[in-house]
Amino acid sequence: MAEIVAVIASTHHPFYYRASTSTGADRPPFADEWVAKIERFRETLTRARPDVLVMVGSDHFHQLWLDNMPQFLVGKAPFYDANWYNEEREFGLPRMLLQGHEELSAHILRQGLDSGFDLAFSNELRIDHSVTCPIITLRPEADLPIVPIYTNIFAPPLPQPSRFVQLGKAIREIVEGWPSDQRVAIIGTGHLSLELGGPRQFGPHGPDPEFDRRAVDWIATGDLDGCLAEVTLDSLHSPGNATHGFMDFMLMMGVAGEGRKADYVDSLDLFHTMEAYFTWYPDGVDQ
Amino acid sequence: MTKYLLDKFLYTVDRDPDLVERYRDDPRATVEWWEAERANAVLNCHTGEASTWQRFTDAEREALAGHDYPALFELGAHPFLTLTLFIAMFERDHDEPLAFQKEYAVRLAHFALPYPDIAT
Repeated sequence: MAEIVAVIASTHHPFYYRASTSTGADRPPFADEWVAKIERFRETLTRARPDVLVMVGSDHFHQLWLDNMPQFLVGKAPFYDANWYNEEREFGLPRMLLQGHEELSAHILRQGLDSGFDLAFSNELRIDHSVTCPIITLRPEADLPIVPIYTNIFAPPLPQPSRFVQLGKAIREIVEGWPSDQRVAIIGTGHLSLELGGPRQFGPHGPDPEFDRRAVDWIATGDLDGCLAEVTLDSLHSPGNATHGFMDFMLMMGVAGEGRKADYVDSLDLFHTMEAYFTWYPDGVDQ
Repeated sequence: MTKYLLDKFLYTVDRDPDLVERYRDDPRATVEWWEAERANAVLNCHTGEASTWQRFTDAEREALAGHDYPALFELGAHPFLTLTLFIAMFERDHDEPLAFQKEYAVRLAHFALPYPDIAT
């Protein structure tokens, strides 16, 4: 059976690419520290020697739109073009082409449907920065096939937080049951407290540092009970109007497992939002 | 309330570089043209079919025609769509990085939780 060699959860900050590649007067003062942290984080994936990446993210009204909005969608295509005109315009993100892994996509879809998740699918999916940011930070060679899984954290009505956790647990079991000798890393990105298009946006820190501190603790310690006891669809409005992206972190806590402490934890307090990076090795890792 | 149609305007303009410039330069005429010619297009569908009933309320049309993003927030337009499009149109008019984004926050400072509902 396939081996899950790493589970990784991260924020996805679209400004990283530009910050890390800018030079001279254009280079922001926080860029060097940010790059150093990302390179250490990247090493946690490299060390696991994955063959294929399952990538959990969320479309930001690029391909998925309100006339036909899936809650959970699995890409099943041989290739995925990536990044969009407005991401190029606002963030300077490059156009990318990633290889797909249709066999693993088909396995996740079949097993997901058979275990109670009515997953949507797409055979032609142009992915956005929720998936390409972790490619840029964790695997900039972009040389591994991916299976993208999109969640709706963006267009209410949203699924409940507990559903994200359940889906994460199911993805873990489904990938572990894949009859293959491939080494799989499961990577998901979301947000801590975040405000976009509201009065608390683009402050000197994230909109709710106390929420961020507690969220990092929930994730780092695998405290799903504590997290689920406090986080609801209503409560997530309070830390910032885009904080529902935290539910993708909750999905990844489901993948990592109840009570499972992260093997690697780091964070970076930036303007606008806090960055956070977590890696778990289900079966350990070669040093 | 037709929040969906507000969002559809923001979404379709934001993804089209020519429309971004047209909306920046001549908002009222662009909104009127869009409502007449584009509001009923079923996106991601072939062009032989269209809806027949999409129409802005007067308040929505005025908010869009006035580039009035605090009013769009009040009306429940999706904040991500509004922010992204308005950055595309107006960030260039500011010298300091993030100056427009910070001004945007200040102009929304009178809103407290709970914010207007964005569910469509």
